[in-house]
Amino acid sequence: MDNHSHTASEITVHHAPSEGTGRIWKTTIILSVLTLIELGLGFLMYFTDLPNWVDLFLKGVIVILTMAKAYYIVSIFMHLGDEIRNMIMTIVMPLLLFVWFIAAFLWDGGSYRTMRNRYDKHYEQTTLDREMKAADTATHPLH
Amino acid sequence: MAQTAVVQGKQWWGGGRSPFNVEYGKLMMWYFLMSDAFTFGAFLISYGTIRFSQNYWPDPNVVFNAFPGAGHANLPLAFVSLMTFILIISSVTMVLAVHAGHHGDKKGVVKWMAWTIVGGFAFLSCQAWEWTHMITAEHAVLANGSLDVVGQTVRVNPWGADVHGPIIAQALQNTSHEGLVKLAHIEHGDQSFAQLGAMTDTQLRGMIDLNKLHVREMGPVAFGGFFYGITGFHGFHVFSGVVINIIMLVMAQRDVFEKRGHYLMIEKAGLYWHFVDLVWVFVFLCFYLV
Repeated sequence: MDNHSHTASEITVHHAPSEGTGRIWKTTIILSVLTLIELGLGFLMYFTDLPNWVDLFLKGVIVILTMAKAYYIVSIFMHLGDEIRNMIMTIVMPLLLFVWFIAAFLWDGGSYRTMRNRYDKHYEQTTLDREMKAADTATHPLH
Repeated sequence: MAQTAVVQGKQWWGGGRSPFNVEYGKLMMWYFLMSDAFTFGAFLISYGTIRFSQNYWPDPNVVFNAFPGAGHANLPLAFVSLMTFILIISSVTMVLAVHAGHHGDKKGVVKWMAWTIVGGFAFLSCQAWEWTHMITAEHAVLANGSLDVVGQTVRVNPWGADVHGPIIAQALQNTSHEGLVKLAHIEHGDQSFAQLGAMTDTQLRGMIDLNKLHVREMGPVAFGGFFYGITGFHGFHVFSGVVINIIMLVMAQRDVFEKRGHYLMIEKAGLYWHFVDLVWVFVFLCFYLV
């Protein structure tokens, strides 16, 4: 084995290791900035009384920023972006199940809530926020 | 790289070499992490299902607003931000250790692994503080017409809707001696439970200032189970990651990888450690931010 490549024997195509640590520090800064923006939005929601749809929108933005952080961690820190495309696909494609997983189970939770409120009026009266009491919970599943 | 693959196309899947050009152990670490992602995903999604099924859910900014040494100051998001940055920084030191390994730089590997382990212990200490703070906290709650004092455990949740008005004074009259002792202890922490326990109910009621007392209803019970279950499972991953990193540090220090000719074990440990950081990003999102 080539002692200078610092890789294992079954590796056929050797990559020269990256020289500098510039990419690592750049990613660190990106991750920190994204986290700070998330915190900023969190504080914005906490300290101001925004309409419900604005809160929901900001939460959506935070989810997207989190996905971006996940991308940078996996792609740069875990070096998945440097692997062969087919190998990346064997990791990423199964993870697409999460799209169904999240949608189906959150929908299920929301549906249970709506039905329970519809058929168990005592439960609805004792647990629902006063300002939301009049509204149909089916139109406000996210809260 | 693609060119080489075309030239050797016939033999790629014939055995004896890695079609993905990845060391076997590293590939299997990736597949393990993928399965672990589904485990964590299932936990977090079931938390989401229960949360969506409830009419009321505690506001994380109210639940997580304490900071060590800051007393009762209201500091939402502050401590968990510190924990998040500790994990990000320890991820950076880990990737620097992997980078040093690529260059066969033993001194660099040892140095950055040591810092990663420090980061891991720092995170675990923070989590230990947070759990202790939440379990031992004293929160006044209104339950079944009388007052009680509880912490955040897997059995009870003190973060229900705020309670105001004469109902509190009424509930105080129905509160048992034990409940009154615990209530008095919130405002008179300098006195021991034994001292307070020796007083009469009337004395205790006189000590409790209802205007200062913040009373809530009981919140959703499921909150505690999900919070301690998921952050505990993550903390267990951090702990095992620290153990793995310590083993890697010792092996690097004793020239095991130097003799082997490569530092691929550091890469595999690094994958696990970054995964722990990745999971925290989502725990941070689901429990503390939204």
